[in-house]
Parts: sequence; structure tokens; C-alpha cells
Amino acid sequence: MASAAQRRIKSISYAKYGYIFILPFFLVYFLFQLWPLINTFIVSFHGNGNDIDSFVGLENYKALLFGGDKRQDVIHDKFVHSLGNTIILWVGNFVPQIALSLSCAVFFTEANLKIPGKEFFKIVMYLPNIITAASVAVLFLQLCGQSESTPGAINLLLSKIGIVDYDATSKKYDVIPFVEGTVQARVVVMFIQTWLWFGNTMIMLMSGIQGINPSLFEAASIDGATAGQVFLKITLPLLSPIMSYTLVTSMIGGLQMFDIPFLFHKTTTVNDELKTIAVLIYEYFHAQESNNKMGYAGAASVLLFFITLVLGCIAFYMSRDKDAIAKKKQRKKMAKQLKMESKQFGGFSI
Amino acid sequence: MSKMKDTYGEQKSYTKSLKTKSIILTVWFIILAIICLLPIYILIINATRSHAEISQSVSLIPGTNLVKNFKAMTGDPNFKLSYDAFNGYKNSIFITVCSTILTVFFSALTAYGMHVYDFKLKEISYTIVLLVMMIPMQVVSAGFVSFMASIHLTNTYWPLIIPAVAAPSVVYFMRSYMQSSFSMAIVEAARIDGCSEFRTFISIAIPMMKPAIAVQAIFAFIASWNNFYTPNMILISVPLKNKTLPMMVAALQASDKIANYGAIYLAIALSIVPIVIAYVFLSKFIIAGVALGGVKE
Repeated sequence: MASAAQRRIKSISYAKYGYIFILPFFLVYFLFQLWPLINTFIVSFHGNGNDIDSFVGLENYKALLFGGDKRQDVIHDKFVHSLGNTIILWVGNFVPQIALSLSCAVFFTEANLKIPGKEFFKIVMYLPNIITAASVAVLFLQLCGQSESTPGAINLLLSKIGIVDYDATSKKYDVIPFVEGTVQARVVVMFIQTWLWFGNTMIMLMSGIQGINPSLFEAASIDGATAGQVFLKITLPLLSPIMSYTLVTSMIGGLQMFDIPFLFHKTTTVNDELKTIAVLIYEYFHAQESNNKMGYAGAASVLLFFITLVLGCIAFYMSRDKDAIAKKKQRKKMAKQLKMESKQFGGFSI
Repeated sequence: MSKMKDTYGEQKSYTKSLKTKSIILTVWFIILAIICLLPIYILIINATRSHAEISQSVSLIPGTNLVKNFKAMTGDPNFKLSYDAFNGYKNSIFITVCSTILTVFFSALTAYGMHVYDFKLKEISYTIVLLVMMIPMQVVSAGFVSFMASIHLTNTYWPLIIPAVAAPSVVYFMRSYMQSSFSMAIVEAARIDGCSEFRTFISIAIPMMKPAIAVQAIFAFIASWNNFYTPNMILISVPLKNKTLPMMVAALQASDKIANYGAIYLAIALSIVPIVIAYVFLSKFIIAGVALGGVKE
């Protein structure tokens, strides 16, 4: 009796519940992410403006990458320009960000140093990251505002220090053009991006450093290693997986940079020197019905997709843990050998 | 003897140099903290000052114009064209709360399904989840908008809420949490007691996953609240009262008509301050959650 019941219980398969439970996720995923991705590819092979339904093959890609007739040359120049802007803005925010967060993370985790209020500093430095980026852009626009008679807070501060001249007779300030100037506006955007993200990177690097075996640091200090040696020979090599993870996520995030370059201007159109790829794509598909450049937007998105893919692969390839891979290979070899030996032995004995 | 003295002397200078290093670093961290806080502080201070005061000087002391600024913000006809705090809050809270609930519930459900049950496509589906984590929204947005336009869902909230069901990074996090702290014996015990599979998930798994759910809910909430890109591309031609708060703040950016800096600062502050206050109370969880993200590699 009991064995029959047991058999029956064993025959119950719960696999169908697994499918039911993961079904909503994949349904929504296919409808709202995978299909749009495929649709982006489809759109990229179709025309712009009014002939949005006609198939044009690789025409859009050709225009973006190489230009062609006059109109396509304009598109090509804009694409290259915005790609350059994206790279400049990303490099200009990533380098100071990683330098700042790495040095802070190293100093915060060093046990010898007595720094009061570590928790407080961590909380304050992470704070900018949770604030709405759109609000941050508008806030900095206000702070950097620069009309000659009513300058923003930053120009006022600079005039107090004496960097910005104030002409008392005409009541005008010789302001620094933080919004209109090419270099200045870029520097401000880089600063905002660094301001937003360095706390986040710092906390991630800190948890990476804390994950390193403390006995390594102890051994180094017994051997008389200096702080610089410990950093270069222990912390940095062991941190490289997490550094590469930060690099990849920051690159992918940098390629999508949208909110702040999109909003940081006083005129009605986006500052051309701040126009990133994401802003360009947005403008292309967001234009009015007859004026839209859906095909170009799709093609640029697809190119962005492949750039993201390639960057991710390169970074992961460069940073993969070589020791772990070598060990894995060795283990596999040993397992194979063992298997062969046991087979041989089995064959022999029987 | 002299050797010992030397050593002792060295030791002293070593601790001394450590002390000076600590002091220098503390000062440096204080400067960084000030840089982090100063823009937000000036924002709040300027929200309480009048237009004339703001354009004349920078101050670190609050002014007395908060009420006047608020009246200008709600009464000025030019302001009313682009900013409507009450409806902005309402819409943002509605979208954010809905999508946060969907994200944590369905992510927990998916992670549970992948952890507890054995089925053929289990590993493949998990690999897909990991791959999807890498694809940024901007890449699919052109196809997303044209698809939404073709099924007439632009200018509605559906495309902002429903996609929250599929949040791969949250699924990834929850699955690793379950692997470390959810034993199959509990599920089997529930089965023997005659509990249905779905009820096991609702009344046993969810309460056990509360810590993970709380952390992910905080992050999902912040991400959705701060989202400007998706609403801005989906809500193309809606009346002001249906826009989200970040969209309204963004609309203030290029309006030359509003010549009242105090009111603009107040409007920006209203979009930032609630989340800063929430952060002050939840910062411990948030920082722990960010640190966890760093460990996973």
C-alpha cells in the first residue's frame, strides 16, 4: 500500500509550476524588450520620414558611417560628432571618477588610519547618486547661469574670490560661460557625472577591497612593504575583476548618457557640443510625423548595440582571471586523466 | 641599547606620520563631503530667497521668501504652463509604486521558479536573464517607441508600468539570495502538509525573502522615481496634468518666461527633497545593497 502511494508521489512532476512561475517574466520580456530590439533592427532597414514603410536595406547604415549625397553627409557628420562627444564626456568623467573613488576606497579601508565618521562620509558621498538626474541638470543650469547682470551662484562665488570681474559702473559681471562655452559646458557635464557616480563606485570598490584576504595585508606589513607597494602589488591586482566590472558598466552607462547633456542648455535646442549618441537617437525618433528619421535612429541604435557588445567582450577578455582559468584547465585535465585511469583499471580487473 | 632607541624613535615617527596622514585625509574627506552637499544645500537655501536676493549674491543662510515663492510657483500663469507639483507627485507616485510592486513580486516569483523547480529550460532561461542584464534601454528605445505607437499605447502609463515585470538584475539578485538562504526542505514540508505551490510561494517564500525584497524595492523605487528618459519618450503629447515630476522639472529648464529664480529653485527642491529625506532614513540598507552589488563579481 505504502509503496504504491510512494510511487504515486514520485510520479508527480512539479516542472510545470516552474514554467508557470517564470512565464510572466518572459512574456513581458519578449513583448517589451526582445521584440523592441528586433523591431529596432527592422526599423533600421526601412526609410525615413514619409517612406517609413519602404525597405531600403543597408542605406541608413551607409549614410551614418560613410555619408553619401548632401543630406546623408549631414547625417554622417552629426553621427561622428555625437560619437566623439560621447567619448569625450565619458572619458572626462570616468578618469577623475575612478581616481577619486579608488583613492577614497583605499584610504577608507586602511586599518592603520584613524578617520572619524567613516559611515557618515560614505552616506554623504553616495547621496548625489539617488537624486533625479533631470533635477540635477536643471539645478546646475540654475547654479551655472550666466547672464551679465544676474549671474548664477557659481559665477557669483567666483566674483567674490576675485576670478570673475565685476564692473561697478555698468553693474555687469565678466562671467564665465559655463552653459554656452564648449569647453566649459563639457567640463560642467563631466563634473556632474563624476559628482553623481563616484560615491557609487567607491562603495563597490570598498566592498571589493574588504573581500581581499586580510592576511595578505598583514604579511605585507610584516615584510615591511610601503603603502604604495601594498596598493600596487596586492590591492590593485586582486581588485582587477571588480575594476573591470566597473569599467564595463561605466562604459555602457556612458554610451547611454542622456539626461544631463539633453537638458543642459538655455536655448531651445540641445547644445551641439554636448549631443551624445543617446540624445541623437532620441531626437531622430522623436521628431514630428513627416519629419522623423526613424530609420537613422534604428541604425544608430543597432550600431550602439554592437559597440556596447564589443566593448563588453574586450573588457571581459582583458580582465578575466588568468590564474582561475589555468587552474580550471588543469582540474579538467586531471579529472580526465582520473576517469581514464579508472576506466583502464575497471577494464583490467573485470 | 642604542639600537633599541633607534627602533623606538622610528616607531614614534611612524605613528606620528600616520597621525598627520589621518588628519590630512580627514580634511580631504570633509572637503569632498562639502562638494557633495553644497549644491543641494544652496538649492534648499535659494528656495527660501527672493529673485532679487538670488541674483545679487550667494548666501548660506535661509531667507524669508519661502511662502512667497510657493505662491508664485502655484499662482504664476507662466509657471502653471510647465509645472504642476500636485499632479506631478500624484502621477510619479502612482507609476513608481505600481512598477516597484510589479518588479519585486514578479522578480521573486521568477527567481523562486528557477530555484525550486527542475525543468528542461531552467539553465537556458537563467542564461537569458544574465545576457539581458547587459542590454541598455537606449538601444531598444527606437523599436520600443515605434512598437508602442503601432499598438496605440503611447501617451498612456502602460508602457511605463508593465515592463517593470521583467527586471533581470533583480531576478539575478534574488536568485543568489535564495541559493544562499532558502532550503528546499521547507518547500517539501509545505507539500506534505498539503499546501498548494502558489500558496507556498506567497505565505512561505515571500516572508523568508523579506530582506532581499526590501533592498530591491528601495532600488526599484529610486530608479523608477528618477526615470526621465522613458516617460519623456512615451508621453509625447499629454496635457501637463498627466506628466511625471521629472518631466515637469525638465520643462522649467528652457523657459525664459519664468523670471523668478526663487520659485524655480523651490520647484526643483520639491522634486529632490522627499527622496533625500527617505535616503536619510534608509541609507544603511541602500549602502549595504550597493556594496552587495560589488561583491557579486
